[in-house]
Amino acid sequence: MIKIDGLYKLFDGKDVLRGVSLGVRKGEVIALIGGSGSGKSVFLKHVVGLMKPDRGRVIVDGMDMSTLRGRDLTGLRDRLGFLFQGGALFDSMTVFENVAFPLKEKTKLNDKLIRERVFNELEHVGLSGSEYKYPSQISGGMVKRAALARALVMDPEIMLFDEPTTGLDPVIGAAILNLIDSCHKRLSFTGIIVTHEIPKVFDIVDRVAMLHEGIIWADDTPEKLMSSSEPIVHAFVGESANSSIRHQSGNTVVRG
Amino acid sequence: MNYIRTLGAVSLVYLRRMGVMGLFLLKTFFYVFVPPLKFTRVLKQIRFIGLQSTSVILLTGGFAGMVLGFQGFYSLSRFGSDAFLGPMVGLSLIKELGPVLSALMVTGRAGSAITAEIGIMRISEQVDALELMGLNPYRYLIVPNLIAVVISMPLLTAIFDVIGILGGYLIGVKLLGVSAGTYFGEMASYVDMKDIMEGIYKSLSFGVIIIWVCCYKGFYTGIFTGFGAEGVSKATTQAVVMSSVLILVWDYVMTSLLF
Repeated sequence: MIKIDGLYKLFDGKDVLRGVSLGVRKGEVIALIGGSGSGKSVFLKHVVGLMKPDRGRVIVDGMDMSTLRGRDLTGLRDRLGFLFQGGALFDSMTVFENVAFPLKEKTKLNDKLIRERVFNELEHVGLSGSEYKYPSQISGGMVKRAALARALVMDPEIMLFDEPTTGLDPVIGAAILNLIDSCHKRLSFTGIIVTHEIPKVFDIVDRVAMLHEGIIWADDTPEKLMSSSEPIVHAFVGESANSSIRHQSGNTVVRG
Repeated sequence: MNYIRTLGAVSLVYLRRMGVMGLFLLKTFFYVFVPPLKFTRVLKQIRFIGLQSTSVILLTGGFAGMVLGFQGFYSLSRFGSDAFLGPMVGLSLIKELGPVLSALMVTGRAGSAITAEIGIMRISEQVDALELMGLNPYRYLIVPNLIAVVISMPLLTAIFDVIGILGGYLIGVKLLGVSAGTYFGEMASYVDMKDIMEGIYKSLSFGVIIIWVCCYKGFYTGIFTGFGAEGVSKATTQAVVMSSVLILVWDYVMTSLLF
């Protein structure tokens, strides 16, 4: 469904991506992990065509993202959903208007049907009762949920998540990951989750790819990656997992 | 050698930005004529750019006219020509001050807000979100502003002119004793349709300049003008300064062409 082949990207003379190659099969969800500034978000923006590669190709459902223009690009994007790190909700619109926006603009549904679908989607993400609040009036976790509802309301075939749990406390973070999992079971989308949420994200993905020094350093099942003896993978996954456990136990102590 | 290299690099950066800015205007004009037009957004922007600028236009127009009344009377009475106060006030306002001052007011009130709004949308990835929904940001954010300004600017300028002429009347006729018949009669004799059209052409082109510069600066916030709140602040300042300067430069060009 998604095939990235030898992706190169330079920023100010620094090569952020140095020949990234990765494939995602239809219906599969993979996690993309890696240190801060390793180019994960840049990678994701190439997949949706917000950035053009210096070299290499991004093939989505047989079409080269880097050369698509006009209606072809719009047509492909209609089948994509993207959850931004900060939600990217339109701040002058209510939660309801945000979720209804793509339906109003991209479909010919009447107001009644739009209302039904929006309320249904907001119920799925646990935002019933917050429909008429503005993004500035709700919490970070609720913003992410609303953004997820907006991304899913068009039933996308491909969903991309850019650090969906960043800035959220562990409980809300876990709830967002569970929500992504339940949405995947409901809609069967193909997905890429860029995250630091190790090892929690391992429970909801089929594969994990690790981006390091501008290339895919490791690409395997969560179980194999967890038990990997490769020094860098071991150091990153092991340390992230330990840090997560310490963080959670720390929370328990504070709450207790 | 390094000096020349740096100069070359800086020139290339500015040339590229000028190219991007030119393409931005071309794309905006292109999408004006490619349906669908976002009619509700156009109406919303007419309200914002046009209706909500009326009070500031009334105020500045009135005072500009009153100042012209005083200064005109002072200059003309030295040559015994104070009967020509009406044409002087009318021509100054209709040909120059009306279009220019209205455009500067709209830049400060609406242009800066448009830059800040689009800039914040850019840095908070709302523009990217629009694109990823398969929606064209030009159609949603730029085109409605351009259409709104093209409709609003000539009307605002006309309001400015009328209020300015009444301000001049208040000073010239009511305060300094020029006869009302002379004030308006001489004005009707000396102000032609050509003068009025010149003012309208100017106001239209100034409106395009305001939207072009202010939307461009907002749209490229975080790309050409730094990131975060500071980026938005810089973009807004640059938009107001650049629009104001371009309005005055373009005013000179148009005046010399239509002279």
